[in-house]
Amino acid sequence: MKLYRSHVLVCGGTGCHSSGSAGIMDAFQAELKKHKLEDEIKLVGTGCFGLCAVGPVVVVYPEGAFYSGIKAEDVPRIVEEHLLKGRIVNDLLYHDHAKAEDIVSTLDEVEFYKKQKRMALRNCGVINPEKIEEYIAFDGYKALAKVLTEMTPMDVINEIKASGLRGRGGAGFPTGLKWEFARKAPGDKKYVCCNADEGDPGAFMDRSLLEGDPHSILEAMAIAGYAIGSDQGYIYVRAEYPIAVKRLSIAIEQAKELGLLGKNIFGTDFSFDIELRLGAGAFVCGEETALMRSIEGKRGEPTPRPPFPAVKGVFAKPTLLNNVETYANIPQIILNGAEWFAQVGTEKSKGTKVFALGGKINNTGLVEVPMGTTLREIIYDIGGGIPNGKKFKAAQTGGPSGGCIPAEHLDTPIDYDSLAKIGSMMGSGGLIVMDEDNCMVDIARFFLDFTVDESCGKCPPCRIGTKRMLELLDKITSGNGEEGDIEKLEELGNNIKAAALCGLGQTAPNPVLSTIMYFRDEYEAHIKEKRCPAGVCRNLLRYVISSDLCRGCGLCTKVCPVSAISGERKAPHSIDPDKCIKCGACAEKCPFHAITKG
Amino acid sequence: MKSIQELEEIKQRTLQAVNLRKDRKGTRVVVGMATCGIAAGARPVLLAFVEEVQKRNLQDITVTQTGCVGVCRLEPIVEVYKPGEEKVTYVKVTPEKAKRIVTEHIVNGQVVTEYTIGATEK
Repeated sequence: MKLYRSHVLVCGGTGCHSSGSAGIMDAFQAELKKHKLEDEIKLVGTGCFGLCAVGPVVVVYPEGAFYSGIKAEDVPRIVEEHLLKGRIVNDLLYHDHAKAEDIVSTLDEVEFYKKQKRMALRNCGVINPEKIEEYIAFDGYKALAKVLTEMTPMDVINEIKASGLRGRGGAGFPTGLKWEFARKAPGDKKYVCCNADEGDPGAFMDRSLLEGDPHSILEAMAIAGYAIGSDQGYIYVRAEYPIAVKRLSIAIEQAKELGLLGKNIFGTDFSFDIELRLGAGAFVCGEETALMRSIEGKRGEPTPRPPFPAVKGVFAKPTLLNNVETYANIPQIILNGAEWFAQVGTEKSKGTKVFALGGKINNTGLVEVPMGTTLREIIYDIGGGIPNGKKFKAAQTGGPSGGCIPAEHLDTPIDYDSLAKIGSMMGSGGLIVMDEDNCMVDIARFFLDFTVDESCGKCPPCRIGTKRMLELLDKITSGNGEEGDIEKLEELGNNIKAAALCGLGQTAPNPVLSTIMYFRDEYEAHIKEKRCPAGVCRNLLRYVISSDLCRGCGLCTKVCPVSAISGERKAPHSIDPDKCIKCGACAEKCPFHAITKG
Repeated sequence: MKSIQELEEIKQRTLQAVNLRKDRKGTRVVVGMATCGIAAGARPVLLAFVEEVQKRNLQDITVTQTGCVGVCRLEPIVEVYKPGEEKVTYVKVTPEKAKRIVTEHIVNGQVVTEYTIGATEK
């Protein structure tokens, strides 16, 4: 491979892709050609860097210069100034939100990365995911080689057990134990599956891993195959992740070409193959039993457990099913040892966790932190706080299965057990931040609306129960709530949790129950005072004009589409609540800020 | 894949090409590449360094560029930063001189005194 004096890394993750990184790649190609720099400078498309909020992101090595929010028009300047003349283009560099005047020139200086520990994401944004050689250069497939030549399957399982790794899909089951069950299950044919059906709204950890470092998943699955005695793997990935699917296909092809998948890997008698299975977009297929039915080509519906997948899984054979992020940790544990891994994290939750930061936060993006990091550190130090100086209200973890964490628990160390203790859950890693403008009843309604939509309909508690809960929430948010509705929601929720067939139904009431637990006063305000404290629920909203501030300029009467505002010129105006459609146009137009939501 | 050696070979072949993105602890060769440097012929010098580093399969060396060092009349100027040692500034560097600097200074640790700014400016 040729040596280049400089590498230009352009993020090709979905986030940056949708903000135009493909055009930037083309522009670099053209500019490098124009200046005859193609032989000196290497252009690399990588996976996600994590700081999606400021994408598209471009990093230039060896300086490590971190350019953010790049447009195709900026490329000629970067090439001419930085690559040709060696002058870093300061005004295109990333700026930290916290200290606006400071320009941050290199990746290591960015506040966003300082508290992170990139273990699972170690190669994302570093290697070209479409080149197996680059993965190998960073010790790729070395763990597989070690396992096949130096370790017995039980050695591997014991190493994983000793590391303390727990399932990153959300439930947190000890991974080593799961592998042991699958190994000990009797059967001639066994399967290794990867759950890449990431469906939580706002979560994109697995997508970024698959896009940025697909080979680490293949390697880990082969290791798992050796450990449990399987020769066939399936990756169940959403069809809505086209870039991930493409890169996985390329990776599988390259691994087969080099003989890292296929027959007699490393000259041993171990053979392993991986196939992709594309999900058609049903959320329930992320549930393990439904996922396995879908792999078999059947309707994606859950089945009761036991029998557990380790005993009777895909095609009724013993099956090991792990999440993408769980697999991403495996090669590192094999290479660096269980103690290395176990020294990161808390007593019962080892290693790191990747979170997709979204909602009302400055640095939207992908972060990886050691277990035990507090929510405050993630939101304020890494996430850069809440935009526009608003106040933090709650964080939602675990998506439609999780719960809300209010401000009083901001200092809770994030791990499986402490999150469960405060009524939320780790979940797969979606972390949605909400500020004072978010109505918690509305949020609960949003998530429940999602699960009602995605319920497969097989078991009545989920099919009928969640629907009834949603109707109650609709009633409350539309201003028709009655005394006793909250209690009804709680009773229904607890019964559904106890009776539903699969994880989807068992966790569906969580967003409602946890918001009731922490924000009962908001529910009560909706029901008793017919008022939405955050001013979100339209039917409960009222716009009022302050007679002290109104100068009677008449601008609001002109902008009101339904002529609901009246008043004498130069005298305070008023709004007719029966006519008002709560569009908010008047409040936006008023030069004296006299119109407020009341 | 038949053996671990095979994997190791691919690794070594690629590592040199990609480790630019990770390790930045070793020796740094910085070539002045402002307009003055480029006009004086800094580009072939830079390429000579890159080629020589690759030919000798040297690890942990970055060849990079900087703006105007200030003494434009002495361009092309090359600065060599070895960890724990004082910076050495070479002036009026040519591709031939570059090769000697790599051999004597970077590999063998002997500063090529006659090319340095101190010797030229006597």
